[in-house]
Amino acid sequence: MAESLGTGSSTSLAPVELDSASRPAARARPALLRNGKAVTGMVMLGIFVVVAVIGPWIAPYDPNASSADLLLGPSGSHLLGTDHLGRDVFSQIIVGTRGVMLVGLIAGVIATALAVAVGVTAGFIGGAGDEVLSALARILLVIPALPLIIIIVSQLPSAGNMVVALVLAFTGWAWGSRLLRAQTLSLRRRDFIEAARASGESTRRIVWFETLPNLTAIIASSFISTVTFAVLSQTTLAFIGVTSISDWSWGTVLYWAQSNQALARGAWWWFVPAGVAIALLGVSLTLINFGIDEFVNPRLRLAGLNPRQMRRRGIRPRIGFTAVLRDAPVEGYSGTKGVHTTPTEVDQ
Amino acid sequence: MKFLARRLGFYLVTAWAAVTINFIIPRAMPGDPVQSLINRYQGQLSTDAVHSLYVLFGLDKNTDLWTQYWQYWGQILHGNLGLSFVFFPTPVSQVISQSLPWTVGLVGVATIISVVGGSLIGVLIGWRRGSWVDGILPVTTFFSSVPYFWLGLIAIAAFAVTWPVLPTGGGYDGGLVPGWTWAFVGSVVQHALLPAVTIIMSSISGWILGMRNMMVTVTSEDYVTVAQAKGLSERRVMFGYAARNAILPQMSGFALSLGFVVSGTLVMELVFSYPGIGFQLFQAIGGKDYPLMQGIFLIITFSVLLANIAADFVYVLLDPRTRQES
Repeated sequence: MAESLGTGSSTSLAPVELDSASRPAARARPALLRNGKAVTGMVMLGIFVVVAVIGPWIAPYDPNASSADLLLGPSGSHLLGTDHLGRDVFSQIIVGTRGVMLVGLIAGVIATALAVAVGVTAGFIGGAGDEVLSALARILLVIPALPLIIIIVSQLPSAGNMVVALVLAFTGWAWGSRLLRAQTLSLRRRDFIEAARASGESTRRIVWFETLPNLTAIIASSFISTVTFAVLSQTTLAFIGVTSISDWSWGTVLYWAQSNQALARGAWWWFVPAGVAIALLGVSLTLINFGIDEFVNPRLRLAGLNPRQMRRRGIRPRIGFTAVLRDAPVEGYSGTKGVHTTPTEVDQ
Repeated sequence: MKFLARRLGFYLVTAWAAVTINFIIPRAMPGDPVQSLINRYQGQLSTDAVHSLYVLFGLDKNTDLWTQYWQYWGQILHGNLGLSFVFFPTPVSQVISQSLPWTVGLVGVATIISVVGGSLIGVLIGWRRGSWVDGILPVTTFFSSVPYFWLGLIAIAAFAVTWPVLPTGGGYDGGLVPGWTWAFVGSVVQHALLPAVTIIMSSISGWILGMRNMMVTVTSEDYVTVAQAKGLSERRVMFGYAARNAILPQMSGFALSLGFVVSGTLVMELVFSYPGIGFQLFQAIGGKDYPLMQGIFLIITFSVLLANIAADFVYVLLDPRTRQES
């Protein structure tokens, strides 16, 4: 049992998915890759990652190089126009991608590691230790993050990308740890964990090989959420000018636009593209998370039928019933057998 | 009311944590922020202010940390948050009390509309799953993926610059005298319209999505099927059986999402130059006004805690199980 749980790909999840052994086709392609939303999100994210890596080399201009073309609209030589110093906005956004992605990645990795450490520990040890760790997470969640981040970052002597990522990681782990604790609590009482304990496996082995593989989907989803949080917060901090303005990021572009009355001058090319870039990155991350959610909670997906197909077949979607047709393309799972045990409610 | 007592206990601990964080941060930071400030304000600070600065930042070498901590609590409990630099020598508490009503009014109304409206839309989308209303989801997802402030910038560009129907910013028309007159109230509403709509647009999607997912989960419960089999009207099943149960996690999620909404709103005030607490916060950042920043952090946290207590009372009203224990 432990083997079959542990050896799955990164998308292996709950024990309920184990009956997928009867479906060879499903084995060939991980479930997440059959989800349209998740694939769209991953492709979009991939483009951003590529731009982040090669950005400084493909940018047509030096983002700091001023020229005589002051505040020009988009044209052939300046794809997204220029700012008040004649700097190329397109290059600023391309070069800024790296900062945004780096902060998101570092903050996401550290925060997720913290969330796993705190959440799984709290769920496993129970008792007073659990109370203290959970209270810590809840306190961090209730205190508004942005003002807290602002008072920390603004009092630091220098706030480069690394510092910002660290501060975001230490203020952003609480949500993930809450989800992971709830899931660990529910896993801890499952039969296979009891069996492992009864057969004398060490706690370390139970945590690493029995519990963590079953938390993969929630860890992935909380990582994605943290990256989203970090990207939005980093942009906001750069926009209000708390972080160092010499590091290019999308927020820095917006900071210059706002402080030079881009709005009143009607220079839409100055502030629209950076926002669209943030929105697209956010949408790509959200789509991946939708995919993971539907993977974890099969009730959220429709059994392979989209609304138009349903209407054509004369099915009126109703509550409480999942339309399953004999010849319908059944996606991901067969019928609803075993699905009811899926932990859907993770709040306590 | 064991439930409420537990929650109140938690909020007290959180309030203590917020004050303690506020005490620790300036002391844990490298460097001497006070000295750099004194240098910046060469000779313009009175010795009194310099001393209060040192006390506030815990760099008063004569007292040990523990005594400083108790002194800090004494100050907080007396409502003394120190003196502001930007508005020197106005006390921080006075600066905050002038701007707080603006923020509370704007965020309060916008949040209530967003929660109630978002939950209702979520109920409908969850109920009519698979129909055209599912198309609302991608739109709201997009709006929640952009930072609030950028949506504000676009709103200003569209409705105040390109098509000037609403004011670009500010809390009210500069020519009016604040008071309970029709002209003034009308002007306040007019100025609040654009920020409020932007806040609602960016925060509503979370509520819709949460409610929709809970509805989808709850509607597969047996009691909903039974209610429907009994032949109860669709509306009664939807609101009396499904939505009533689906709303509970939504209410407990309120506590955790409010901090996020408030954070977004603070930046919104900067974009709209709205005379609230967020705008003061950014002036404080610009002027390196640490006492004002920290005072604002405390007040925002306390306000969020109060809103949470209110949400808990609503929870008790909605969920009979929490009342049973008494």
